[in-house]
Amino acid sequence: MTEIMKPLAITLTGCAKTFADGTKALEPLDLTINAGETFVLLGPSGCGKTTTLRIIAGLEQPDAGGRVLFDGEDVTAQSIEKRNVGMVFQSYALFPNMSVAENIGYGLRLRKTPAAALRARVGEMLSMMRIEKLADRRIDQLSGGQRQRVALARALAVRPRALLLDEPLTALDAKLRDALRIEIDELLRRLGITAVYVTHDQAEAMALGDRIVVMEHGKVAQIGTPRDIYQRPATLFVADFIGTMNRVAGHVSHGAFVTSAGSIPWPEAPARATEAMFRPQDVSIADQGAPHLKGTITAAFFLGDRTRLAVDVGGDKPLILEAAARRDFNHGDPIGLRIDPHGLLSL
Amino acid sequence: MKRGAAFYAQLGFTLFVCAFLIVPVILSILAGVTVNYLNGIESGFTLRWVYAVWDGYRDTIFLSIGIALACLAGTLVLGIPAAYALAKRQNAFSRALEELLVMPVAVPGLATALALIVTYGGAGGFRTSWSFILVGHILFTLPFMVRSVLAVLSAIDLKSLEEGAASLGASFWQRFFHIVLPNCRGGILAGSLMVVTLSMGEFNMTWLLHTPLTKTLPVGLADAYASLRLEIGSAYTLVFFLMIVPLLVAMQWLGQARPSKFAADDE
Repeated sequence: MTEIMKPLAITLTGCAKTFADGTKALEPLDLTINAGETFVLLGPSGCGKTTTLRIIAGLEQPDAGGRVLFDGEDVTAQSIEKRNVGMVFQSYALFPNMSVAENIGYGLRLRKTPAAALRARVGEMLSMMRIEKLADRRIDQLSGGQRQRVALARALAVRPRALLLDEPLTALDAKLRDALRIEIDELLRRLGITAVYVTHDQAEAMALGDRIVVMEHGKVAQIGTPRDIYQRPATLFVADFIGTMNRVAGHVSHGAFVTSAGSIPWPEAPARATEAMFRPQDVSIADQGAPHLKGTITAAFFLGDRTRLAVDVGGDKPLILEAAARRDFNHGDPIGLRIDPHGLLSL
Repeated sequence: MKRGAAFYAQLGFTLFVCAFLIVPVILSILAGVTVNYLNGIESGFTLRWVYAVWDGYRDTIFLSIGIALACLAGTLVLGIPAAYALAKRQNAFSRALEELLVMPVAVPGLATALALIVTYGGAGGFRTSWSFILVGHILFTLPFMVRSVLAVLSAIDLKSLEEGAASLGASFWQRFFHIVLPNCRGGILAGSLMVVTLSMGEFNMTWLLHTPLTKTLPVGLADAYASLRLEIGSAYTLVFFLMIVPLLVAMQWLGQARPSKFAADDE
């Protein structure tokens, strides 16, 4: 693919957003998106992620004092039509009055691209998204997955400086979402374009993002690689939002974390920790050796390839862990657990 | 299938109501082409009365068509931007404005006409020109254009479509002409036919606004029935039908939703 575009670095400084009705959608935000990376804005609805994307796009103006820089150049005052960024919307926003090919060629038509070059570029985009056969279809004759491919092709046809995607997969069903996510990932890596991707789906964020910013109530909760965020969550909110996190209360004593259900060896425990956190995959059932924690099974969900267990160890919430599918577990059975000390963390 | 007495009672009532409405229309048309209506159709058929209408009232037909087209132009120029602005800004003010636009339909035409005459009656040239009638017609038909365009604009995701176009580099006017207008074509067409039909048939207001030199077709029709032979008035009705029925049929045809094929979700 002859898609050599110089990737764009995007910087936001002090970008806050207060809507006309007084709602504070975004606290002053500083953000640097490196050239060529896929940067994911992740968070629950109302966390400010879409507002951030719209400020980058030029669809919203930040409050006074906020600045948007493209490769160091201040574009805050530029409207979206001057910024040359490609946008993909959750609702696709394809033009119903145009065919698939006309949709893809629209940006080129606005740039007064000669007919032959326009046709060639549209053909290139159609084949890149593997939708050549749909070229002459009307938009209402397309399925959701096909629409999103057209939307991607349309956004990329004009060789934008960056690609901004606002929940592009949310309107699709689960299976299609997975397939298209893989396709988008390959596409972004192949093009090497700077991409900003908004989603509320943590699995999507982890799979696609070079870096993720987790947002909460208009503020940044954490910025980091998917691995950082999963393994070293900075706040309780991040820990709970990304994957499943177990929490037990207790205190540190002689290289172990002591709880009401037993004590967990933890050589590197911070002295003041009052809560230990660990992921389900760091818990194993103590068949051999002494258990660290003792509890009772409160629920067992057979998932086919494994069984998900909820175990009560005296805390507010049961611990969640996964066990081999072959074993039978019954509600009320006592169970002993061992925790991998490498998986322990505290905040 | 066995049908009860209630079914036949309802069928009979429906047919009676239809006949009650349609028979006068048929009689009126027949009267227009009968040599002497008092003697009945035995007196024979003729196009004499239709020619008489053409000779005597040709001008009213052309004036009505002219006013209807000018009214259409006016409502297009005023109504489409109004509907667009209303669709873009949904707040208390825009909703109040929308209600206000419908006022000329709710207020009796008589009252609107009197208000126009009281206010502008003194402006000699304006009062005696056909544009005086045109103003009344635009007031009366504008809500129909706005409503029908607004309905289409509200049904599409206008905001996303415009943002999508803007992200590709389209300026405001490019978005308006490339995206907004083509996507509300159905509403514009339906609104246009409505406006032309209403303007052609408008009598209430026009009766007060017209002058002897600016008679529209419906005003001429009333005139003919009042002062000439019944046959001429009826022939006039026939001419009116010939003009208005194709418009009504076109409106009905456009009103039907076009079936569109949906692809099953793929992959």
